[in-house]
Amino acid sequence: MRIGTGETVDAAQAVEALGLADRERLREGLAATLLHGTAQRQVFDPVFDLYFPRGVGAPKEVSAGREDMRTRLSEALAANDEALMARLAAQAVDGFGGYGNSPGSDGWSSYQTLEWLRPQTLLAPVRDTLRAQHGASDFADRLLEDEIRRRIAVFRALVATEARRRIAERRGRDELARRAVATTTDRVDFLFAGKDRLAELRRSVQPLARKLATRLAARRRRAARGSIDLRRTLRGSLSTGGVPMKPVLRRRRPARPELVLLCDVSGSVSGFSDFTMLLVQALHDQFSKVRVFAFVNRLDEVTRLLEHGAADPEGLGARIRAEATLTGWHGSSDYGVALGEFAGHHGDAVSPRATVFVLGDARTNMSDPNLSAVREIAERARRVYWLNPEATAQWGTGDSAAYEYAGLVEMHECRNVRQLSALVGRLLPI
Amino acid sequence: MFTSVDDVSARLAETGYLASPAIATTVFLADRLGKPLLVEGPAGVGKTELAKAVAEVAAAQLVRLQCYEGVDESRALYEWNHAKQLLRISAGRDESWDEARTDIFSEEFLLPRPLLTAIRGDEPKVLLIDETDKADVEVEGLLLEVLSDFQVTVPELGTITATRRPFVVLTSNASRELSEALRRRCLFLHIGFPEEELERRIVRLKVPGLDETLARSVVRVVGALRAMDLRKVPSVAETVDWAHTLLALGADHLDETVVRDTLGVLLKHQDDILKAGAKLDLDAV
Repeated sequence: MRIGTGETVDAAQAVEALGLADRERLREGLAATLLHGTAQRQVFDPVFDLYFPRGVGAPKEVSAGREDMRTRLSEALAANDEALMARLAAQAVDGFGGYGNSPGSDGWSSYQTLEWLRPQTLLAPVRDTLRAQHGASDFADRLLEDEIRRRIAVFRALVATEARRRIAERRGRDELARRAVATTTDRVDFLFAGKDRLAELRRSVQPLARKLATRLAARRRRAARGSIDLRRTLRGSLSTGGVPMKPVLRRRRPARPELVLLCDVSGSVSGFSDFTMLLVQALHDQFSKVRVFAFVNRLDEVTRLLEHGAADPEGLGARIRAEATLTGWHGSSDYGVALGEFAGHHGDAVSPRATVFVLGDARTNMSDPNLSAVREIAERARRVYWLNPEATAQWGTGDSAAYEYAGLVEMHECRNVRQLSALVGRLLPI
Repeated sequence: MFTSVDDVSARLAETGYLASPAIATTVFLADRLGKPLLVEGPAGVGKTELAKAVAEVAAAQLVRLQCYEGVDESRALYEWNHAKQLLRISAGRDESWDEARTDIFSEEFLLPRPLLTAIRGDEPKVLLIDETDKADVEVEGLLLEVLSDFQVTVPELGTITATRRPFVVLTSNASRELSEALRRRCLFLHIGFPEEELERRIVRLKVPGLDETLARSVVRVVGALRAMDLRKVPSVAETVDWAHTLLALGADHLDETVVRDTLGVLLKHQDDILKAGAKLDLDAV
């Protein structure tokens, strides 16, 4: 996060204006002065909890036994009493979350606490209690289970926050803030994104596509203003006695950029390919001609599956895997065969106006990388770029043929939304 | 303008705007620090309403600049009244050129547009720059001068500086990323969907005839819809609309038929309606 001196001064003024008495107000005040976007909030909140903890040390109330704890938790869940849930979380971490007993290797684990307490199993009892209380069944009661599930999720988050707070007291806040706080969505590694992070990433791709579209439009507008056309300027000056009053600009012939994408959609890069697919779908409107090919070890055109509006982005990856012929005799990726097939059968897709993007980790599973096919594609296309979702340090290790390909075409590391947007903005033709 | 955060909540509530703690805190800070407030969030959660409520509380004039693609300097800042200038020139036939020239670029011929209106004069003002993200990037540059120094430069007249700073609210749906420079000048507030409790109070306030248990059910159903993965989840405005609809239909409790028949008030896409219907088991009974 970039926070300058100006923001720091504002934050100090905010603290002065609000006082330190109300923790939630302080949180909102600091957020308002320090943050510039919604996405930063998920980094800000855990850090705030670390530096402005709810309490210090162990909770005053000592936790009772497991069953007693579960009873009280189910009461809290039934009443949706978040303050009580926070108190219970503190007690639970204190009672069941500790591990190790030598200094340096001990700590507090939210995982262990939740395993002990198993709040998810309280769903049924809480539901029954609430049903019994309400008596007559209402339409909204069929939503009850989902609501309780959400409350349990809140409790789990509270336990995690509490465990972090206790560890921070032991190990120092700065270290924990550096290591244990998740990054903003645009820096999450495609290949290691968890399931909940994937959904978030998916949401961040939509505005990204829009951003790119506006940037491209601006670039196209600027590019349309060409240089001065001397001949037509002088011709125009005849009516003003040879004084060139009105410069005439040379009109540019609008280029029709063509985009060809070759996407590895094998399991190892599935997170990455899902996003690029979404992005491609979003860019579909922007380009006169986009052709998309997907491959694992066979290659097939999937452009028709991306038709704008017709497809829901959710099932896109699954649909591509279901409807296109992507695998032959085995299920692991083979770049050599796929690229060769592209150069051989779909060579007509690549014209001198086309920009080709290859999206994949270049891990060939020890098979022949088929460099001549890549060379052939590179010769025919205007530009070829390879976006690799692996860290540069891992290129060339194991079965990766990254450097061999990088010798032929421009290869870029593209691990997160931030890099992807920077790259696509820079590399896309006008 | 405000003495404390509680004062903000209380006085906004008097005008019919129920603010969450986050909203109240940020409005208080914006007033205290004298900084513009950038409000982001989905459509229909009360971003524009907030500016209106603040204007009402402060008994201030609300100056609104509605942004759209192509809004420019002459729409946002000021224009010269060309017709009047021409009239002035043709009215004074026999004066010298110098007299005429100095005259026609004076205050009299200036047509102030929202930004200039907001910083001139001594009466309290609330400047609402609505849907800032719809405007072109160039307009943001224009806003920078106004928002950091509260001044506007008119070449012929010089710099006009505000004697009394307006309370500035910028709203955005985040359909375009606003520039970092603009964000740095503002306090940032994200208004999301309100908590269940707050939303129930909003519904009760806006639809007084609705009975308490029905309001509770309404808010719960809307909450469940928001948890679904829909193209456009219902926002507060839709919740209130739905409550009005139910009241007009005379429904005293929610059941499958009522929900199915009125789902169109909440959801604006056919596939959303189908999806929600399936998830809520509307056809099971």
